[in-house]
Amino acid sequence: MEHKRITLFAGHYGSGKTNIAVNYALHLKESYEKVNIADLDIVNPYFRTKDSEAFLESRGIHLISSEYANSNVDVPALPAEAYAIIDDESIRAVIDVGGDDRGALALGRYAPSILRQNDYEMLLVINKFRPLTPDCASTVAVMHKIETAAGMKFTGIINNSNLGDETSADDIIGSVAYAQAISEASSLPIKMTTVKEDLYESVKDKVPDCFPIRLYVKQSWAKAITE
Amino acid sequence: MAEKVLMKGNEALAEAAIMAGCRHYFGYPITPQTEIAAYMAKRMPLIGGTFLQAESEIAAINMVYGAAAAGKRAMTSSSSPGIALKSEGISYLAGSDLPALIINVQRGGPGLGGIQPSQSDYFQATKSAGHGDFRLIVLAPASVQEMVDLTFKGFDLADKYRMPTMLLSDGTMGQMMEPVSLDMGEVKEYDKSSWAACGTKCEREHNVVNSLFIQPDELEKYNFERYERYAQIEANEVMYDEYRMDDAEICIVAYGVAARVSQNAIDKARENGIKVGMIRPITLWPFPKAVLNAAADKVKSFVCVELSMGQMIEDIELAIRCKKPVLLCNRTGGMIPTTADVLSKIEEANNIGGDK
Repeated sequence: MEHKRITLFAGHYGSGKTNIAVNYALHLKESYEKVNIADLDIVNPYFRTKDSEAFLESRGIHLISSEYANSNVDVPALPAEAYAIIDDESIRAVIDVGGDDRGALALGRYAPSILRQNDYEMLLVINKFRPLTPDCASTVAVMHKIETAAGMKFTGIINNSNLGDETSADDIIGSVAYAQAISEASSLPIKMTTVKEDLYESVKDKVPDCFPIRLYVKQSWAKAITE
Repeated sequence: MAEKVLMKGNEALAEAAIMAGCRHYFGYPITPQTEIAAYMAKRMPLIGGTFLQAESEIAAINMVYGAAAAGKRAMTSSSSPGIALKSEGISYLAGSDLPALIINVQRGGPGLGGIQPSQSDYFQATKSAGHGDFRLIVLAPASVQEMVDLTFKGFDLADKYRMPTMLLSDGTMGQMMEPVSLDMGEVKEYDKSSWAACGTKCEREHNVVNSLFIQPDELEKYNFERYERYAQIEANEVMYDEYRMDDAEICIVAYGVAARVSQNAIDKARENGIKVGMIRPITLWPFPKAVLNAAADKVKSFVCVELSMGQMIEDIELAIRCKKPVLLCNRTGGMIPTTADVLSKIEEANNIGGDK
């Protein structure tokens, strides 16, 4: 897919925006020198892009996040540095927006500048295995709420349907119809369907625009530990 | 809903409560459990239930008291300092023999502490949830699926024994996402007509819900009766999980997130030839004393892994009558032990002789 200067990932709470944003930033880094990723999540107290900061910086990707992320300061603060990626046109920017309309509200602050430059892609991340967005109608309802809160319209869809560790190839293949229904209802194109790297080979011929992703958050309490 | 869905622990817990028949939720926001209230706020109006954000934690627990007294399945949730505020109401629930489910998604303490995960409310949950002679059934989930299963179970136990039950979770369990099945079977209905204050329709005597007794001998009688019920619970409701204990020479005891880290450490230690297993309490009260005491006759040492300065370790030492040494592997203040932390404590325990 073509790369706009700013790519925003928004969607229902828990749809997988943060991990996709990290994967996408790494993907961009293959083609561009200056890639920044900004964490605008004002909803989640844990499991933030901040968890991947050292890793991202080691790959030459600068992370912009609230200085309070992952600390004990429980305030929904936005990083001042976020303006830099809006204004500096030499940067390829990935923006990880907080979940639902509540999270997307923070985007409203930056929307006028992004719209004025008109070189962005705003992608709706969807997951049919989330219980409050299991079908087209519920997902499109969330989509409209986010657009209203953000003051921006989506330009495409990322089908990130997954069941975490237990995702099977059939789960992904079966999610395509769900994504297509949302695409038709919203008139937005499906930009990609994400798939865990280990399932990529088994689904790539059956799912259009497959994008292999890796889960970058590794915790000591996770079921399987990869050191 | 037999098919699995991907849920955050707090959301899954809230949905499980709804499926268990809870239609009365009263809460007050505090990280890291706020998703429970947010989920209830979205769902309850759609199913004819009540979501109410109270003016304080104290108000919320007393609203639970009111709904429970009327015979309804009621729930409140909070995190550590908020639970402390609820403690008076919890004692009143116990003193009035009212069933209710109280959720604690623990964060670091003491004081305002921090928002990161912790297990430092073990004493509070198991020994001092409020004033007076009483117990709470305390359930400790170690996965999002158990957040669901134990919420369902918690309502059932509360009704069965007419007492408040606590689900003692932590920030990690509340915030992590895992696939879950919400297929929990039928909700067992309990007859509450002999005590619930839900309207006489002028057809019966009033039911009175109360924890005040004018005569001390009457209060003592109720306390004795209540402890007979507690003895039944200790005999019948202990839950725990065993992991690789068959030939274990070292026994890890851990619950919740600490058990998950420990399980990974056990697998690694086994690769290095150390025979280590785990007994994971699922009920923290009643505590799995008998199985630990039996294990003490087989293993040479215990390792208690917890996110506190060492609280459950006292119950382990009591349960095993101090027959074997118990080492502590801990982090606190919102930090989680790493696999390496646990592994090095296992190695230390392995170097202890079995003669004590």
